Amino acid sequence: MVLEFRQAGIYCPAADVYIDPWRPVERALITHGHADHARAGHGRYLATTGAAPVLCHRLGEIGLQTLRYGEVLRIGEAEISFHPAGHVPGSAQIRVAVRGEVWVVSGDYKTVDDGLSEAFEPVPCHAFISECTFGLPIYHWPDQASLAAEINRWWAEVRAKGQTAVIGAYALGKAQRILRMLDPGLGPILTHGAITATNDVLRGQGIALPETIAVTAGLDLKSYRGAMVVAPPSALGSAWLRRFGPVSTGIASGWMQLRGVRRRRGADRGFVISDHADWVGLNAAIAATGAERVFVTHGYTAPFARWLEECGYQAGIVQTAFDGESLDMGEGAEVAG
Amino acid sequence: MKDFAALVTALDQTTRTSTKLAALAAYFRTAPETDRLWTVALLSGRRPRRSITASKLRLWAAEAAGITPWMFETCYPVVGDLSETIALILPPPRGDIVNSLSGWIAELRALDKADDAARRAFVLQAWDGLPPVQRFVFNKLITGGWRMGVSQKLMTRALAEATGIDPAELTHRLMGDWSPDTTDWAGLIAGHDPQAALSRPYPFALAHQLDLDPIDLGPCADWLAEDKWDGIRGQLIKRGGAHHLWSRGEELMTDRFPEAAAIAAVLPDGTVIDGEVLAWDHAARRPMGFAKLQPRIGRKTVPKRLLAEAPAIVMAYDLLEWQGEDLRTRPFGARRAILAGLLDDLPKAVPLHLSPAIAATDWAGLVASRATARDRGAEGLMLKRLSAPYHAGRRRGDVWKWKLDPLSIDAVMIYAQAGSGRRATLYTDFTFAVRDGAGFVPFTKAYSGLSDAEFREITAWVRKNTTERFGPVRAVRPELVFEIAFEGIQASPRHKSGVALRFPRMVRWRRDKPVAEVASLDDLKAVLASFG
Repeated sequence: MVLEFRQAGIYCPAADVYIDPWRPVERALITHGHADHARAGHGRYLATTGAAPVLCHRLGEIGLQTLRYGEVLRIGEAEISFHPAGHVPGSAQIRVAVRGEVWVVSGDYKTVDDGLSEAFEPVPCHAFISECTFGLPIYHWPDQASLAAEINRWWAEVRAKGQTAVIGAYALGKAQRILRMLDPGLGPILTHGAITATNDVLRGQGIALPETIAVTAGLDLKSYRGAMVVAPPSALGSAWLRRFGPVSTGIASGWMQLRGVRRRRGADRGFVISDHADWVGLNAAIAATGAERVFVTHGYTAPFARWLEECGYQAGIVQTAFDGESLDMGEGAEVAG
Repeated sequence: MKDFAALVTALDQTTRTSTKLAALAAYFRTAPETDRLWTVALLSGRRPRRSITASKLRLWAAEAAGITPWMFETCYPVVGDLSETIALILPPPRGDIVNSLSGWIAELRALDKADDAARRAFVLQAWDGLPPVQRFVFNKLITGGWRMGVSQKLMTRALAEATGIDPAELTHRLMGDWSPDTTDWAGLIAGHDPQAALSRPYPFALAHQLDLDPIDLGPCADWLAEDKWDGIRGQLIKRGGAHHLWSRGEELMTDRFPEAAAIAAVLPDGTVIDGEVLAWDHAARRPMGFAKLQPRIGRKTVPKRLLAEAPAIVMAYDLLEWQGEDLRTRPFGARRAILAGLLDDLPKAVPLHLSPAIAATDWAGLVASRATARDRGAEGLMLKRLSAPYHAGRRRGDVWKWKLDPLSIDAVMIYAQAGSGRRATLYTDFTFAVRDGAGFVPFTKAYSGLSDAEFREITAWVRKNTTERFGPVRAVRPELVFEIAFEGIQASPRHKSGVALRFPRMVRWRRDKPVAEVASLDDLKAVLASFG
């Protein structure tokens, strides 16, 4: 086996490294900077150049080595390379080749180009370890242009009523994607501290974002009535929101596809925007690898594996330390969505 | 149907009553009359007859989506709603069919006479010609079970706003046995339809649970106390030589309770009685308990055996109409006096009883009577102000229910299932067990009583502590203890534990209690012996 599934995570014996391990290990390959993939406490880290600034921002002083997309590093008997996953800026799939046998770990990915992250590239392999957060045929994402139009229309309506629009989106990736979808001509854009911090890091590595104003204690909010505020989802139910006066709230997440979830979250609007692949995307990505063996992880693993078996793949399930469903978005956690 | 779908979306997108009200009123002002009428019908639970079975829809949808039936069945509990599941799994529409709400309903009903192949072709074509929200609405028209977060009260307010008609008058006009086939907008809402008026019930007066000290209600003599009976609240109408028995949920129960015919036979025209349908033990002169009534509820017609096993009576509470006159504005004391006189004149065998007044000279006496209500087969007392008119709907002040504190027992959760609709992604439906020797025996399910935050926490726990899965149901480690409250308990051979509970719900998550301290089957049987 090129890769094995161990207690601490996905392990490559030929290189003696783990991929996105959830327990401290000597050497970790990190697909991207979200907290459930990039944990503290490992001896050495290897990630893409694009993911490095966020990793350093979040984890502080770490022994980090970086690779450009497509650059091959030999570790022990294995050839390691990182390839764009389209999930967030700098996110990667990790390709591991040992004596001609190629395995690819997808990390989190999405197949549509969001205009922010490096676009997903299929990597031919013998075995593919794929996430399947949205691995059921009820998840189909609308195209980005119509989502942008929907958000801007909502903002314009809210602004016309003299209210402020507040949209909940994870600080890394989703928030910046939305920032680039907003029409700055409609009004000022404000950001919550968590998002301001991530924006600074991403701007620092050359990612262009529209002009934003940080919400700080001293900011005179009265002059920003009718603004769009981008905040982490956890801020939506909190006292932090009160400072804005009358607001309309929106949440951007793939889970918003379901009417029940939209209503339970109690936000005024739900926008179906996900940084993961939808049903069609997952199936297309798996087919494009040409892999015969597919291991699924994170999400609807059991039905998705059964589905893949019926499609002629040899399918297996990778157990993770997390529950496979993560359906109920943890408050503020930088996880699936 | 585009405007109706837009209404559904607008209602979905807000939790604010004022926004919903505005969206509904705007729709009632602008939509075509036939669509308006159907909207009123759908929002008051009058759905068109189902011409296609749900199982056929599931099959066709799976085929159209290119997935296997098991995959469809996996998706369904995740979404929690059949119509929505279908709308979501289908590929994007290729066509764009323009048709009105009432137009679609008419076409669907024409399928009644079509064969399966024609039905399938029609449905597939519709799915392929409608964007997702309209698809969802279309499916809802077939499957029914319409819940749009709009209460009948809210709809009536919106209608009143759009038409300028008094809401109370509209509430009354919208009650009873009408459908868009039997009436039109002008007849139902704007004008007056004499045929519908004959069977139309009055809006029920509903009570709040007493949440203050009875002393604060003023002199005891201003009030009449009765037992609070646990059956089916009903309204018996005798007009124009015909009779109708309505449930509080505005369902016609006339055929389910032939006993009502025996009562109506001796009542004069122009009589409307508010009361409770009870299964009655004539020998013991007390109700048999709700479990005995239960088998009679689900049936359209009742077999003789059930009629003998669970004979029903109407326990009369109030007289709303007498000799064709609406008495609702008269004081309760006066209405009750006429009711008592009317019942006195009836033959004793007629299954219509007067709900007895509980004699007491002061509140202390009523407190004592309430404490013994379970001995009489009642759930507590009702308090009614003698000078009050008959209110429409739930109002504080003149009528109170004064229920006994519920019975309760500590039990452990052994199965969990996701809820539906709003709660589709949370585990909210639990099965509870009591100890039985070294193992556990399930005895009830409960769904309500916890906060959303608690359900979220339990959902996370369930995912980590699942021992086995049976479709959407998960067996979990028997660790979490809850206090289960219930209103009544009855022996039931259909349940493994031998008991059936009335209105079970969770009152508390007992984090402080270890599983070893949950009740045993013997404890449960002891409760049954005392209160069954």
